[in-house]
Amino acid sequence: MRAQFIFHEVWIGLRRNLTMTVALVVVVAISLALLGTGLLFVKQVDNTRTYWQGKVQLSVYLCTAAIASPQCTHNGPATDAEKTQIRQQLAGLPQVSTVTYLSQNQAFAQFKQEFSQDPAFVSLTSRGDIPDSFQVRLKNTEADAGIVAESIDGAPGVDQVLYPSSILDKFYKLLDGARNAVVIIAIILIIAAILLVANTIRLSAFNRRRETSIMRLVGASNFYVQLPFLVEGMIAGIFGWLLAAGLLIAVKSLGLNALQGYFSFDVQLSGTDLIEVIVLTLIVGVLLTGATSFLTLRRYLRV
Amino acid sequence: MIHFDNVTKMYPSQNRPALESVNLDVEKGEFVFLVGPSGSGKSTFLRLVLKEERPTEGRIHVAGKDLARLTNWKVPHLRRRIGCVFQDFRLLPQKNVYQNIAFALEVIGKPRRFIRKVVPEVIDLVGLDGKRDRMPDELSGGEQQRVAMARAFVNRPMILLADEPTGNIDPATSIGIMKVLDRINRTGTTVVMATHDAAIVDSMRKRVIELEYGKVVRDQSRGVYGQAY
Repeated sequence: MRAQFIFHEVWIGLRRNLTMTVALVVVVAISLALLGTGLLFVKQVDNTRTYWQGKVQLSVYLCTAAIASPQCTHNGPATDAEKTQIRQQLAGLPQVSTVTYLSQNQAFAQFKQEFSQDPAFVSLTSRGDIPDSFQVRLKNTEADAGIVAESIDGAPGVDQVLYPSSILDKFYKLLDGARNAVVIIAIILIIAAILLVANTIRLSAFNRRRETSIMRLVGASNFYVQLPFLVEGMIAGIFGWLLAAGLLIAVKSLGLNALQGYFSFDVQLSGTDLIEVIVLTLIVGVLLTGATSFLTLRRYLRV
Repeated sequence: MIHFDNVTKMYPSQNRPALESVNLDVEKGEFVFLVGPSGSGKSTFLRLVLKEERPTEGRIHVAGKDLARLTNWKVPHLRRRIGCVFQDFRLLPQKNVYQNIAFALEVIGKPRRFIRKVVPEVIDLVGLDGKRDRMPDELSGGEQQRVAMARAFVNRPMILLADEPTGNIDPATSIGIMKVLDRINRTGTTVVMATHDAAIVDSMRKRVIELEYGKVVRDQSRGVYGQAY
């Protein structure tokens, strides 16, 4: 194997149709970057889901004298008997893992701590303003939150049932939609990249038809005839991948990390996630360009 | 060395076979002229020997190998034992004399040390010493054909096929080309040359096989081109 000879031929091939090579590199870069972005989105959504899975609980707020909602004015504040009734009903549900009672004192202490930055707001609120509640932890928050909430809502003594999932659902839908859009665009671009690889290789084969006809004539093996074209396609793929890796790092550090700034919780993607995605795009890129070159050559460089 | 056994070749879109029931033997070390008008089947014969085409009927043996049994991936190995020269030289315009000849060895993976040794030898053999750095467009037609012959011979093939090698060259220069072919033949290489050039065939007095409409109409040792042309 004459590596130097092969690389010389590859260099000639890439230089002779420079415009096509540049177009190929750019399209491979963009399609791989979009594919990678889609994968980063998938990971981000997964991370967020797992985070919430552990954290989210259902809050069943109870009626107090201070609350003027229709069902509370109708029933009056929750009695001890009602509270026991609610607790038993919740604990009896198969979806529920734990039920904790949060008294008005505890709730007020928590409130003061959460808003410690804003003493003016705290000073406007008095101990009795915040209702006591049952904090319910579920086995599968995402699936069961709605069912549990519905079964307890409207029971005597219950003011309202709140769970953050109803807000999160919208957030999930947004992320899922963005991910799907990115993946669809990536697939379209990958198809474009495949066609461009095929066309570039065909053009390159045409440009070098003298060389290849002589190679065949003097008995060069198919492998030797095809290798320069194959390497040519894969080098374009690797250059495209390098650009894509740069774009992905930018997407992560500028896009996704900036998004984190809006939330107080920590669901940031790790460097390992990024590296995983970049390695995956390398494999896709090299396979894509290599396989396409190979299949194109089988059509254009027969024995 | 080359053995045709009742070979017929039909091309798909033609109703007359390009070669019809051809039987012939070319022995090792022979020099054979293949003559006949255009379309008589000379080029088809050469393409069949290279396995660029398959016969419609009959068997072909080249260098002891049955071509019908030769798998596609072994065809390159067959072609390494056959050198080819054409009317239009087929040199690479961006490579100089040395590089054009070396190319034939590079693409079959010969080591560089071997290439450095044999290329100058073969440049001497075809009489181009001192011109190894010239580009093809700086050479005359005769010199370009010498480069092509050097490239065909550099891997020491058992057979040299020449398809009208003097077709683009004036008669005086053609004599030089024929001397090189004769020199190559004397090393033991079998030479098959398709030609229209009556003067050359008559002067060489070698075996002549004449084709007409795809059939062998004459096979004569120490023959001449024939009166009809």
